[in-house]
Amino acid sequence: MTFSTATWIVPLLPLGGFLFNFLFGRGSRRLVPRVALLAVGSALALSLVLAAQVLGDPAPKVDGIPWLSVTNQVFGHFTISVGTLLDPLSAMMLVVVTLVSFLVHLYSLGYMSEDPGLARFFMYLGLFTFSMLGLVVSPNLFQMYIFWELVGLCSYLLIGFYTTKPEANQACKKAFVVNRVGDLGMFLGILFLSYYLGTSDFSAIAAHLGSWPLFGPAWLPLGAVALLLFCGAVGKSAQFPLHVWLPDAMEGPTPVSALIHAATMVAAGVFMVARVYAVFDASLMGSVNAPLVVACVGGFTSLFAATIACTQFDIKRVLAYSTLSQLGYMVMALGAGGLGVTAGAFHLFTHAFFKALLFLGAGSVIHAVHSNDVRAMGGLRRKMPLTGITFLVASLAISGIWPFAGFFSKDMILAALKDAHMTGLYVLAAAVAFLTAFYMFRLYFLTFEGKEPEHGHPHESPWTMTLPLVVLAVLSLGAGFAGLDFGGRSFGSYIRFDRSPTLASDWTRAQGLALAHPKAVGDYRLATALWAAPALPPTAATGLPAPAPATIPPAQESRAFVLDYSVAVPATLLGLAGIFLAFGVYRLKWIDPGRVARALGPVYTTVYNKYYVDEFYRWMMDHVYYVVSGAIAWFDRHVVDGVMNGLALLMQVAGGALRRLQTGRAQAYALAMLGGILILLGALKVFVP
Amino acid sequence: MNAFPILSAIWLAPFVTGLLIMAFVPDTRIQAIKWLSLGASGLSLLLTVWLLAQFDYGRAGQLQFAERFSLVPSLGVEYHLGADGISLLMVVLNSLILFTGVLASWGLKHRGKEFFVLLLLLGGGVFGVFTSFNLYVFFALYEVAVLPMYLLIGIWGTGPKEYSAMKLTLMLMGGSAFLLLGILALYYGSTPHTLDIFELNKAAMAGQFSPGFQKLWFPVLFLGFGVLAALWPLHTWSPDGHASAPTAVSMLHAGVLMKLGAYGCLRVAIFLLPAGAHFWAPLIAVLALVNIVYGSIGAAAQTDLKYVTAYSSVSHMGLVLLGLATLDTLGMNGAVLQMFAHGIMTGTFFALIGMTYGRTHTRLMPKLGGLAQVMPFIAAAYVIAGMAGLGLPGLSSFPAELLVFLGAYFTQDLFFKVVAVIALTSIVFTALYVLRVLQKTFYGPITEPHYKELGDATLVERIPVVILITVMVLVGVYPFPVLRLIDGGLIAVAQTLGSLPR
Repeated sequence: MTFSTATWIVPLLPLGGFLFNFLFGRGSRRLVPRVALLAVGSALALSLVLAAQVLGDPAPKVDGIPWLSVTNQVFGHFTISVGTLLDPLSAMMLVVVTLVSFLVHLYSLGYMSEDPGLARFFMYLGLFTFSMLGLVVSPNLFQMYIFWELVGLCSYLLIGFYTTKPEANQACKKAFVVNRVGDLGMFLGILFLSYYLGTSDFSAIAAHLGSWPLFGPAWLPLGAVALLLFCGAVGKSAQFPLHVWLPDAMEGPTPVSALIHAATMVAAGVFMVARVYAVFDASLMGSVNAPLVVACVGGFTSLFAATIACTQFDIKRVLAYSTLSQLGYMVMALGAGGLGVTAGAFHLFTHAFFKALLFLGAGSVIHAVHSNDVRAMGGLRRKMPLTGITFLVASLAISGIWPFAGFFSKDMILAALKDAHMTGLYVLAAAVAFLTAFYMFRLYFLTFEGKEPEHGHPHESPWTMTLPLVVLAVLSLGAGFAGLDFGGRSFGSYIRFDRSPTLASDWTRAQGLALAHPKAVGDYRLATALWAAPALPPTAATGLPAPAPATIPPAQESRAFVLDYSVAVPATLLGLAGIFLAFGVYRLKWIDPGRVARALGPVYTTVYNKYYVDEFYRWMMDHVYYVVSGAIAWFDRHVVDGVMNGLALLMQVAGGALRRLQTGRAQAYALAMLGGILILLGALKVFVP
Repeated sequence: MNAFPILSAIWLAPFVTGLLIMAFVPDTRIQAIKWLSLGASGLSLLLTVWLLAQFDYGRAGQLQFAERFSLVPSLGVEYHLGADGISLLMVVLNSLILFTGVLASWGLKHRGKEFFVLLLLLGGGVFGVFTSFNLYVFFALYEVAVLPMYLLIGIWGTGPKEYSAMKLTLMLMGGSAFLLLGILALYYGSTPHTLDIFELNKAAMAGQFSPGFQKLWFPVLFLGFGVLAALWPLHTWSPDGHASAPTAVSMLHAGVLMKLGAYGCLRVAIFLLPAGAHFWAPLIAVLALVNIVYGSIGAAAQTDLKYVTAYSSVSHMGLVLLGLATLDTLGMNGAVLQMFAHGIMTGTFFALIGMTYGRTHTRLMPKLGGLAQVMPFIAAAYVIAGMAGLGLPGLSSFPAELLVFLGAYFTQDLFFKVVAVIALTSIVFTALYVLRVLQKTFYGPITEPHYKELGDATLVERIPVVILITVMVLVGVYPFPVLRLIDGGLIAVAQTLGSLPR
């Protein structure tokens, strides 16, 4: 079996499981989960084999069949393919997705065992796993968009899994619509990119970018296209200002929050940006600095969400804001370029494990105490030792304490920001590291330490739920070491961004062509022909000004990652300080957090109410969108239709008036005939010479 | 030429069955009438499947299965049937919708005989229009397809049915009046005078129609067909008409008849008057854009399920018209695929709304809620159809919408690029109203206690829904073969328009 065949099979396994369950499962509570588990388990095994192969041979392998093909004057045949792309990035994602999915399937056996919708739940999980794997192996942007929407559908179905719950219905609709806003931008980006580059294949985008100024009209800078694509990531990875759906998405069952809304789907935005990073990088030559925007959006989101996380009392919501914040971290890293691309992907990798662990741990707690409110919890570590310890491991990992996984990835992000001389964001990232440690241990101490609430008898969860916790805890402890150098090989030696060496010279040549052939700008066919021609006419012969040589800042070196103590030590100290503060406030009760909140007054209220962003959108929907909608409906009923009815009325009235002419008297008819003949004769006299 | 006149058989099977039922079957034998109707539409469906198997996909651009003989030689009136890829796809659509429409009317009680007779006549007429290549027969069958609507809505409808039926018929007849004028102009504009679509196309290519002639007559023909395709602002018959019509009539009307309009725009207006099409394309694009955005925003304010679907049809038909207006192969491929996809999708919608209404006796969303608990099949099918409505990949509307947007953006004209970008915003608005319907109707707690006693879809009700959704999924997952049909059929159009070399 070749690489490519095997890569096809990985997503098809969970699809096969889903189809089998859909057609033959008959909602069986025994059969359906087993088939689903078997399917995703085999996908995991195959992914691991593939990943091992890729470690030996990291060259990208592409395969595909035409999915849609249309004759077209510009392209000859315009074809969209579906297929697979296997390279280190997709191999890493395959492993993360299948592994977390498998563990979540296993966990759900216990967590959902009482739920009447068990079979439906496992079918949705299978469909999601298929869609996510299809997204991960996409060789082009169109296929990525297709699966991007499909994972959105699964997210919608799973957030709204408890269909009778009004909050869940509201939340799933919100998630879909907010994501659609981002997808609109992404679709436009794909449209522009595929038109002006003539391709949307990831393997070809980088090579075509140098000619963008020739193909792309002047009003459409490459940076704008990069930012449109980024809109998709802002939606899917829940960055400000489209972050509002993710906290509400916690209405879904907790295993779903772990799989979709923490570890895999929400990371798709980060994955997508990493995939097309060449577009963002090339925009540095133009007037829009896309990477800087990306970094700022990510940085802002990470701080914004971290502050909210410090104030919430719903255990899942705290984790949701933490996810926002961590995704912001990844996005910020991507914006730094160079090492940042590796760092963003690496943080995606480690975060998937410890955040899935946190959610599954939270699920275990909720399963035991039947509440989401941390104020109703406490002292649970003694009742649920495995859950407690694994939750502690994950908290240490996300706080960036050595040797847990988060330490390495967070450190790599900080190093990348330092490399890129983004001092402001560096300070911000450090502050977020402090806040992260604080709110995570606030959560830990409130939930697992201190006094137990009087009522209820919490107990440890069954093995199907604790085994995934343990596996993820091991990974949260060990995965970080993948970032280190092993004889010249490390995470960063496989997953990295390298700028095309001919980018600047291509750009210069394209500018020259555009100057010499203004008509080619925006005309794909002409531009391609010119680009393919061997050389430019000499500038002197054409009498045109020579193009200015392209300027692009040198690429950040995507260097190997080594621990830099000047970064690691302060960051770790900040993390420890956050833990210490949480310990002081929530364990030793040095300070009463309620008093602090009261002292902060409106500041606290604003943060507690999530800066009123949701209220703003609600207001916009109710007072702008639905008003416009109502106005259009009214206009259609009364004005457009009114004109039609008016015409009909006019006909009726005219008909009624004309009817009177039919008097039935022969004299009147004869008179009319005479008049008609006279008029006709007169007309003949005038018009016919 | 084929030995067996398969195309005639396809349209005559329901048409003649309808006439025979009218003449010979007493209205007390309602069961026999239903089975005869199902048999006739089933026969058409089977013949269509056979047609698909016999069709030469490599020559999708040429007329196949042609049947041709002269009726009135002196006037160029001929019986000329044939199918290229586009006609074939439309025949497939019609046979699916007619068959499922008959099934969806299985529970009809009031004056069943007349209903099924009219339904069969209508369905047969539509088959004829899609395969006729002589404008005389084309127009005659076009009228046959439109006129039964009046009775079908006026007698079996709900709400202000007489008003709706009258409005619909008058507006469509108004359109037909334009068409008749336009067809006569084409006849007298060509030398020798002809009514054959391909002869007329040759005349156009030979330059017999001057640019002034084309500029004058193109809007006449396009608007004439455009009324039926719900071109803004001539769409207002559609919300009332759909809402008042009984289930199967809504299915056929939105599913197939609106496509008849769009098909005419393509096959007659654009194909025969290419210079006129080039001249008026920007205006059509603007009107189509209004359709798309206005329809999708307006749908969010509706409370009646049928009105939501009607406005969504206005929006989706706008995509068809926009695709046609691009006059480019990408966009026109998208338009024709969207005709098919929208037909299947709205057919499903109206069938499901009919089932819901049959149980709850209301279509008003504020009165509905939580129905997924008692009718999971209907709810699941509605979710799937709704997802097709909002252009979810994996369902047939997605490749269609994708191609329309690509086609509009990939023209060399900045104007169309801007239109494409604005039109794209509708994907957000569409998601809003579709999900709003799902939320209000099927999710949440049950609003009325007696809804708890309602049952899910019966087997007879499930069959049409399963058929339609299967087609929706198959085409959505792998649109390649369907696009081969359309693409082949469009080559001649594109060559006429000069967007492909001859």
